[in-house]
Amino acid sequence: MSQQSVLYDAPGPRAKRTTLIVSVVVGALVAVGAYFLVYRPLDEQGQFDMELWGPLVDPSNEVFAQVWKLLGQGFQATLTAAALAIVASLVVGTALAVLRVQLKATMKRRFVHNSRPAAIALRTLTLVLNGITRFCVEVFRGLPVVITIFFVASALPDLGVDLGRILWYLVIGLTLYNSVVIAEILRSGMEGLPGGQREAAEAIGLSSFATIRLILLPQAFRIMLPALISQLVVVLKDTSLGFIISYEEVLKLSQTVILNLDNPIQVYTVVAVIYILVNYALSKLAEYVQGRMSRGRKTGTLRRAKDTPPAALAADLTPPAKL
Amino acid sequence: MSVLVEHFDVFVGGFWLTFQLCVLAAIGALILGTIVAVMRISPVPPLRWIGTAYVTVFRNCPLTIVFFFAAFGLPALGSNADFLRIPGLSSIFSRLGIDLPYFRFAIIALSVYTAAFVCEAIRSGINAVPPGQAEAARAIGLTFSQNLRLVVLPQAWKSAIVPLGSVLIAMIKNSALAGFFGLTGDLSNSAQNLTSAGGEPIIPVFIGIGIGYLIMTVPFGLFLDRVERRRAVAAR
Repeated sequence: MSQQSVLYDAPGPRAKRTTLIVSVVVGALVAVGAYFLVYRPLDEQGQFDMELWGPLVDPSNEVFAQVWKLLGQGFQATLTAAALAIVASLVVGTALAVLRVQLKATMKRRFVHNSRPAAIALRTLTLVLNGITRFCVEVFRGLPVVITIFFVASALPDLGVDLGRILWYLVIGLTLYNSVVIAEILRSGMEGLPGGQREAAEAIGLSSFATIRLILLPQAFRIMLPALISQLVVVLKDTSLGFIISYEEVLKLSQTVILNLDNPIQVYTVVAVIYILVNYALSKLAEYVQGRMSRGRKTGTLRRAKDTPPAALAADLTPPAKL
Repeated sequence: MSVLVEHFDVFVGGFWLTFQLCVLAAIGALILGTIVAVMRISPVPPLRWIGTAYVTVFRNCPLTIVFFFAAFGLPALGSNADFLRIPGLSSIFSRLGIDLPYFRFAIIALSVYTAAFVCEAIRSGINAVPPGQAEAARAIGLTFSQNLRLVVLPQAWKSAIVPLGSVLIAMIKNSALAGFFGLTGDLSNSAQNLTSAGGEPIIPVFIGIGIGYLIMTVPFGLFLDRVERRRAVAAR
């Protein structure tokens, strides 16, 4: 906001008048455009008929309860898949991040206390593991989630792994992608910490795993919390891809509704609005968390700054504050 | 593995079509996103509201639904997206000019969706420009549009490159959805054709398709990492 108002002067009477005129013109243009390009064609096709909207918005409609029961089931399925995928990605992602940071620390070790062949074996093992994790991260981060889900759903039954419910294929596909993303978020958080944190932890004799577990990971989680919450929005949005492997989530079930009532635009509008509301709430939460955290840090420095000015000078000017 | 050799032309064709789709959608998203970003910071309140509403809607709506709207909503509006049949362009990108509209629909859905993220990336770039720059520009009497055009945006591009790059990488990956919405012959559609209709083994097809996407995303990602690291060194 501060940056935005920096771009132009505070409006004087003339600028205010121009702004008003432009506002009115823009408003009129939008209204006219919406009327001729959107409302008229839709109205001509009868897209605003109560016959099409009624089942969705009119509680007295005879199929209203049925339609919403179906959509409710769909959202329940969507949320189930999203929740499972989020929990699984957090667990796998954290493990992967810890593994990668640990491997990086281990690669610096020379294993001098072990015998020579053992040392060489251990070093090759870390190198290979590091290579494999790096490769997996690059591959699964670079592939479209749709493709991952599609192939998990078709390859696993092909290999003789039958999970029974389509839900699990979707969860596995989403987890493969999002755990890698979360692992990268956490890893960059851990590597972005001031070097003194790790050095101090090593100085008091913590092992490298204990350093990660007790010192680096908690701080990385805290710093990266906003990024993690926005990743939740991504997971929730990506759950809608489940319809590709015919998982009975909200889009798949709305197709059932559409098949019976023939009102695709209306149903998708309602589903989109619900999605937008839920995700908007989640992104607001991320913003709030970010704001709180930066405020916490800011007031911390402010208080310190307030304490530091020469006490004698301050004492002369103001009566000592009662604590 | 023989499927990779036998159907090599399918993979190459799919890669080429996906690449075309990504280039066109990226151009559309960059143009639209810049316009929305300028609207979001303009001095005219209704423009700001429109920009904010646009970003809120498309950032929080699954791309799948945007694709549904492009596929069902645009025909209902009586449009076959024919305005994208730009004479010069459709001779290079042959799919633009054909009668089946799904390639054009995919471009529209992808650009409209990605533009919201492009807008946010550009805004973050604008926020990274020191406020003194815009203040100095105002002090020498530049208007809002001159200020943006000559002072702020050229500097904002620089710090917006990395977030813009990750937005475009995400868009390349999102383009896979087009194959499930009527576009024939791109990478993800070829994957379905080869496995379900062609009855080819799944794992090799997956590897081929995966390579097709990784060729686009991984080098781009490494390039961005490099830019970011050089930036970090330069800032020190």
